[in-house]
Amino acid sequence: MSHEKANSLESARARLAGTRGREFWRSLEELAGDPSFQEVLEREFPAGASEWGEGLDRRRFLQLAAASLAFAGLSACTRQPLESIVPYVRQPEEIVPGRPRLFATAMTLGGYASGLLVESHEGRPTKIEGNPEHPATQGATDVFAQALILGLYDPDRSQLVLEAGEISTWARFIARMSAALPALQANGGAGIRILTGTVTSPTLGEQIRALRTRFPKMGWVQYEPVSRDGARLGARLAFGVPVETRYDFAKADVVVSLDADFLVEGPASVRYARNFAANRRVRVGHERMIRLYAVESTPTATASLADHRLGVPPSEVPFLVWALAAEIGVTGVELPKALPEERARFIREAAADLQRNSGHGIVIPGDYAPAEVHVLAHAINERLGNVGTTVLRTDPVEVEPVDQVASLSTLVDDMRAGRVDLLAIVGENPVFDAPADLEFKEALLKVPLRLHLALEEDETSQYCHWHLPEAHPLEAWSDARAYDGTVTVMQPLIEPLYGGRSAHEFLSVFLDDPPRRGLEILREHWRLMAGREDFETLWRQSLHDGFVVGSVFGPRKFALRKPAAAEAVSAIRAAARDATAAAATAGGAPTDRFEIVFRPDPTIHDGRFANNGWLQELPKPLSKMTWDNAAYLAPAAARRLGVASGDLVAIEAGGRAIEAPAWILPGHPDGAVTVHFGYGRTACGRVGKGTGFDAYPLRSSAAMWSHPGGTIFKIPGRRDLACTQEHFAMEGRDLVRVGTIARFQKDPEFARKMEEAPGRDLNLYPGFNYEGHAWGVSIDLSVCTGCNACVVACVAENNIPVVGKDQVRRGREMHWLRVDRYYEGDSESPDAHMQPVMCMQCEQAPCEVVCPVGATSHSSEGLNDMVYNRCVGTRYCSNNCPYKVRRFNFLQYSDEKTPVLKLGRNPDVTVRSRGVMEKCTYCVQRINAARIAAEKEDRPIRDGEIKTACQQACPTQAIVFGDINDAQSRVARLKAEPANYGLMEHLNTRPRTTYLAKLRNPNPDLEPEKT
Amino acid sequence: MKDKPPLIAPGYTSATVTDKISAVVLRGTPRWWFAAFGAAFLLVMLFLFTLGHLFLKGVGIYGVNIPVGWGWDITNFVWWIGIGHAGTLISAILLLLRQEWRNSINRFAEAMTLFAVACAGVFPVVHLGRPWVMYWLFPYPSTMGVWPQFRSPLVWDVFAVSTYATISLLFWFVGLIPDLATLRDRSRNRFARIVYGMLAMGWRGSARHWHNYESAYLMLAGLATPLVVSVHSVVSFDFAVGIIPGWHSTIFPPYFVAGAIFSGFAMVLTLAIPLRALFGLEDFITDRHLQNMAKVMLATGLIVGYGYFIEIFMAWYGDNKYDMYMTVNRMLGPYAFQFWSLIACNVVVPQLLWIKRARRSPAFLFVIAIVVNIGMWLERYVIIVTSLHRDFLPSSWGMYSGTIWDYSTFIGTIGVFLALMFLFIRFLPMISIFEMRAILPEAKVEGGKE
Amino acid sequence: MKRKPPRLYGLLAEFGSPQELVEAAEAARSSGYRRLDAFTPFPIERLSEALGHRPSKVPMLVLIGAILGALLGYGLQYWISAVSYPLNVGGRPYNSWPAFIPVTFELTILVAGVFTVLGMLALNGLPTPYHPVFNVPRFALASRDRYFLCVESKDTKFDEAATRVFLEGLRPSGVFDVEW
Repeated sequence: MSHEKANSLESARARLAGTRGREFWRSLEELAGDPSFQEVLEREFPAGASEWGEGLDRRRFLQLAAASLAFAGLSACTRQPLESIVPYVRQPEEIVPGRPRLFATAMTLGGYASGLLVESHEGRPTKIEGNPEHPATQGATDVFAQALILGLYDPDRSQLVLEAGEISTWARFIARMSAALPALQANGGAGIRILTGTVTSPTLGEQIRALRTRFPKMGWVQYEPVSRDGARLGARLAFGVPVETRYDFAKADVVVSLDADFLVEGPASVRYARNFAANRRVRVGHERMIRLYAVESTPTATASLADHRLGVPPSEVPFLVWALAAEIGVTGVELPKALPEERARFIREAAADLQRNSGHGIVIPGDYAPAEVHVLAHAINERLGNVGTTVLRTDPVEVEPVDQVASLSTLVDDMRAGRVDLLAIVGENPVFDAPADLEFKEALLKVPLRLHLALEEDETSQYCHWHLPEAHPLEAWSDARAYDGTVTVMQPLIEPLYGGRSAHEFLSVFLDDPPRRGLEILREHWRLMAGREDFETLWRQSLHDGFVVGSVFGPRKFALRKPAAAEAVSAIRAAARDATAAAATAGGAPTDRFEIVFRPDPTIHDGRFANNGWLQELPKPLSKMTWDNAAYLAPAAARRLGVASGDLVAIEAGGRAIEAPAWILPGHPDGAVTVHFGYGRTACGRVGKGTGFDAYPLRSSAAMWSHPGGTIFKIPGRRDLACTQEHFAMEGRDLVRVGTIARFQKDPEFARKMEEAPGRDLNLYPGFNYEGHAWGVSIDLSVCTGCNACVVACVAENNIPVVGKDQVRRGREMHWLRVDRYYEGDSESPDAHMQPVMCMQCEQAPCEVVCPVGATSHSSEGLNDMVYNRCVGTRYCSNNCPYKVRRFNFLQYSDEKTPVLKLGRNPDVTVRSRGVMEKCTYCVQRINAARIAAEKEDRPIRDGEIKTACQQACPTQAIVFGDINDAQSRVARLKAEPANYGLMEHLNTRPRTTYLAKLRNPNPDLEPEKT
Repeated sequence: MKDKPPLIAPGYTSATVTDKISAVVLRGTPRWWFAAFGAAFLLVMLFLFTLGHLFLKGVGIYGVNIPVGWGWDITNFVWWIGIGHAGTLISAILLLLRQEWRNSINRFAEAMTLFAVACAGVFPVVHLGRPWVMYWLFPYPSTMGVWPQFRSPLVWDVFAVSTYATISLLFWFVGLIPDLATLRDRSRNRFARIVYGMLAMGWRGSARHWHNYESAYLMLAGLATPLVVSVHSVVSFDFAVGIIPGWHSTIFPPYFVAGAIFSGFAMVLTLAIPLRALFGLEDFITDRHLQNMAKVMLATGLIVGYGYFIEIFMAWYGDNKYDMYMTVNRMLGPYAFQFWSLIACNVVVPQLLWIKRARRSPAFLFVIAIVVNIGMWLERYVIIVTSLHRDFLPSSWGMYSGTIWDYSTFIGTIGVFLALMFLFIRFLPMISIFEMRAILPEAKVEGGKE
Repeated sequence: MKRKPPRLYGLLAEFGSPQELVEAAEAARSSGYRRLDAFTPFPIERLSEALGHRPSKVPMLVLIGAILGALLGYGLQYWISAVSYPLNVGGRPYNSWPAFIPVTFELTILVAGVFTVLGMLALNGLPTPYHPVFNVPRFALASRDRYFLCVESKDTKFDEAATRVFLEGLRPSGVFDVEW
């Protein structure tokens, strides 16, 4: 039966394929008719029933049995980490049932740590916030951190030690290893390879060092699909030694981004966004703005804040940097010839601007940009004297920076040559995400003993003798360095749900007899590191803070190699020559020739989050697509190819080809196509299975981030994509009100004047007045990057269900908070505007008046309350809501069947069931928590004491919540700003959520002020 | 009424009229009736099946979404309610206007009203997310101490529709009493005599009875007349009170009422033309009746057309960019086809009724009536869907389309309607016998001499 | 009067046309009969004049019903929205009278309508499970095409023989005893 369930969705997909327009809807109706499909619709996770996707062979059955046992245990009690397990019989002081506790920990992405605070209810982690003290997050988070909770409770995570697919145990594994190791040790461990991701963890580094002393000849390979090889190599070329570069946007006035999505992606993006925003928001009396020039090969969310944006195919980027270097006057660099005037002008003005602000400029190359770009960027910053003020250089944060692609290919060669006897893959999935040309899988199969420690049974585990469940970051002791070197502690919030073990504990199998627990390993290494007798205080302090105070790397001077710039330029020339040569030889009509841009997916990253429903259903920042990736094309290119969004295209590069649905992305440079890798997982949980297409086959070790010459052609068929916002234009409506800072200075109230709003006296009825608190929100559009952190935070805080691709396509996504994206200007290079929209809590709410049962009405503090258990579900309120922020449970969306998911829910928020309306509540549970606290202490609620989930997560602090009756509150002061305006105010809804107009700071020489 | 053809073919007497009409009920059942009722009954089964599925799975089986929270469900509701209106109009307003020609059609027109309202009543329930708590819309003292919210047009609907149903039922039943007495006296079958006897409540046709009866009948007509106007006005408030462009319009009440009568008469014709043929009642429902109804259709159709025009005109004249966009989107947007077909059905085609020969041909009238029924359904569909699918924020614009469950629910209610209709014509006189007697020549009484 | 209770409920005269019936009724009344009743297959206005019925009380009942309905309607909404369960709904006042008009109107009609029908039935003494006139076989035609005049034995002037002679004088198509 589980078979037909899986099939029904497959068949559904099949039936959907190749339909369009009205027909497409009709086919949905046919689906709706199919009972088994209806059943699938009901699940929270569309790709799976609560039964297992595959048939029930013996192994599955046992797993299922084991799992349900585990669940039984889980649902019965909570699992505290053994080290600090709390007996509820004698209840300790600090634990009050119902009052959550916060623990400092961290997550790593690409090896770099970002400090988090985790909210724990009676030992169950439920919500993640940024750690306010931690330099990388400062209290905010990105989408991945927010979604970590769902990952922890993912019922599809690997739960069993498997030996050749048979259920086994850790003990058995340890025994096998200790038996096998002596033989390997004999030749100094020459046959041992350990493959990890990027490692910044001092403890892990220490363990590997120890391993090397035990197995001198062993090899350590670091590889992840999203790594910063360009930056590493660039630093080596520029300085001869590995150097970490970080930026201080707080001090910058002009920023030139070279294909960098620095506000949204990368280890420091949260911190950068915070500083950038602080420097960009304009208030009366403080009317200075940081200016951003963006050169990019694929549209980024960061560039939605750019004052000047230049989209060019990736091969052009180096030339522009070269030109910039020349304009700046970097020694040994002359202007490249034949640069189109419009681009030359852009560079010229940017250069002039940088020079005007020398010492306060930043030229930031993208992590994915080639090494030459990094070298030239170093040179430019050096030349401008930015180094030391806005550009800081430190020792490398990584334990051992390597060119990861190179180190992986050597590993592959060794494996092919049979030089590898034991390969231990720690937490990575190379079979899925290694560069295609290496043919990792084939090589892997030559290794006699293959071990795989991972969170889920993925593509790689299938080809390993041993698969070992890894402990989730929230289940394990560890440490890692943040982008600035700060040593960050990761402490477990909960005993491993599925008996997983951390990388430390895994490596300990090869080091210690018996293997030690993570805590032990960590503490011992720290004791050495600290080298102080008062280690305990340091330890406690660090656990409390979440990081080791003062472990940040101080900036250092590094001498830039004189010829570096010139070399870079010639390298660029060479690369260009090769490309043209290749193009000449390669066949295919020139119109089909496209440069291919590879990027990690904005929501599921390199594929490791593919089974995370929150991230799958999170609209991509620009395309607003969910559950899929696509081949992003410029409108012009699409016209040439004769494809519409959703039409299938074949993309071919280096002899390998993939099929992908095309998607027309305004502002995408013509002549290039962007594909996001990470989708198309073949072996993963029920959520990620069958979503999107796999772009890795096109990615080769020679062309990791862009391929100079691929070809695209239309092929028959369509893939229907679930996009939450089909319409791009504002239709001449003043939704996002944009103005230059010059205009603002001339007429501070320009935004308010765009659409006249009725006065408060213009009313048939007297209306209510709100004494006491009156809650309101202000959103500053000038600094919203559309990074979506607020959306996932809202999902996590408010138990918002995942509805699945099919329901999203029917327009039934449940997000209480969405980020609207509009385009302005011509479709080839438009301005993108982001606008977070949640319930406006209108004082004269149109939704309330039409509810026949009074299920939605106003609180004394002006909240538009929704009474779920009074709602009968007429949907009249939603029809009458001008902002369409209400969400309806058309079916039973929230998964009440899977026990483990219950652990992660916020106990302070009702889980809604079928047939009721829901919407943003301004996180009323947080308001009430604060109210209770305040009343206990017999004091008024302090301003800023209540933070809504979205506000707390927002890296740029664009969202501010507070009491508008308190004239001194931040929100009240913001609403007093002249740039403050309400959405659709002319309807006399009196929204409590208002916006600050989006201000831009264009360079007058590039964009003269229109009058 | 000089040169006009008589309302009853010449040669009929009180006796023959009585016998002919009551014969339909008292004589055996024609074979085709079983076939027809059986077919309708199958659709009723489909209806019940759909409801079962709906209650099990949830309203998500329909095509509704955000932003289009209402679709076929409310379209069907408004359509059915509208159809009902003709019945009340014929029996009440035409009575007050002393239009004697109504006497031969008011009975089944009223029946049609009742059944249409019954079908309409289904949709406000099934469109709910939680139909099992629909009773929360009624003001009853609940243990939770909660009450309905009387500012909501949906509550107005509850009262308007339930009042309408009650009054129509009373009116219909009161009208039936004397005829039930007739059936009681005429039926040879003892069981039938008992049943009709009970229903007739001992009616003797005594002068005192008639005296109170007449005045009560007039009073009911007087009450039903403003009621029928109010009901569709209230229904139109569901939209007019909303702030969505395309809904928020003051012209809705009048042109909804006109539209209701328009579609109602279309439905009466759709039923009357085949019925009179099947039972050979051409002598009572004469071509003149059909022509009169055709004229009413023409008139109300023109009012509706005027409504459409004014809506468009106001969008332009009001210079509101949201209304303007909505109007253009209606005419040229993704639902342009539905819009233009509704214009064709409701405005263009009925113009043929200016032609006398068209009004004279029952077959032709039947076709036009069907077209108008379709047109009026489309009108509500367009008003609801095109207004919702693109409202204020382009970011949340979407598309809507019904699912097979939407279709089956609608077809199901048609089955319910027909089934009830067939039961009615089988067991009750479909033409008001005593009112027919009253317009016979022999019924005239010259002023008595003293 | 010292007469044993009459054997009959009354005497029933059958006529062929409304015209004859009306004239008969006028004649009977002018010759002093008061306890008269006529039975016809359809309403005949002149008949009630002929029998001297007073104007119907139904309209008065309708008015009462209407007033009660209106009061009930607005009262209900006011009490619920402003007294028993006051909510701030979209910033509207508790007593948003314009919004309360439709329901008030509907309830006015509803109650008035119910009063009309029940009033009519009550005034006609319906339902009447048993009535003597039904004992006359030909009375079944009263609901078809025959017109009957009944002189009740309660009438002070009623005398079985004399009244029969009187009725015969009105040239009916038949006179029948109405048994109890």
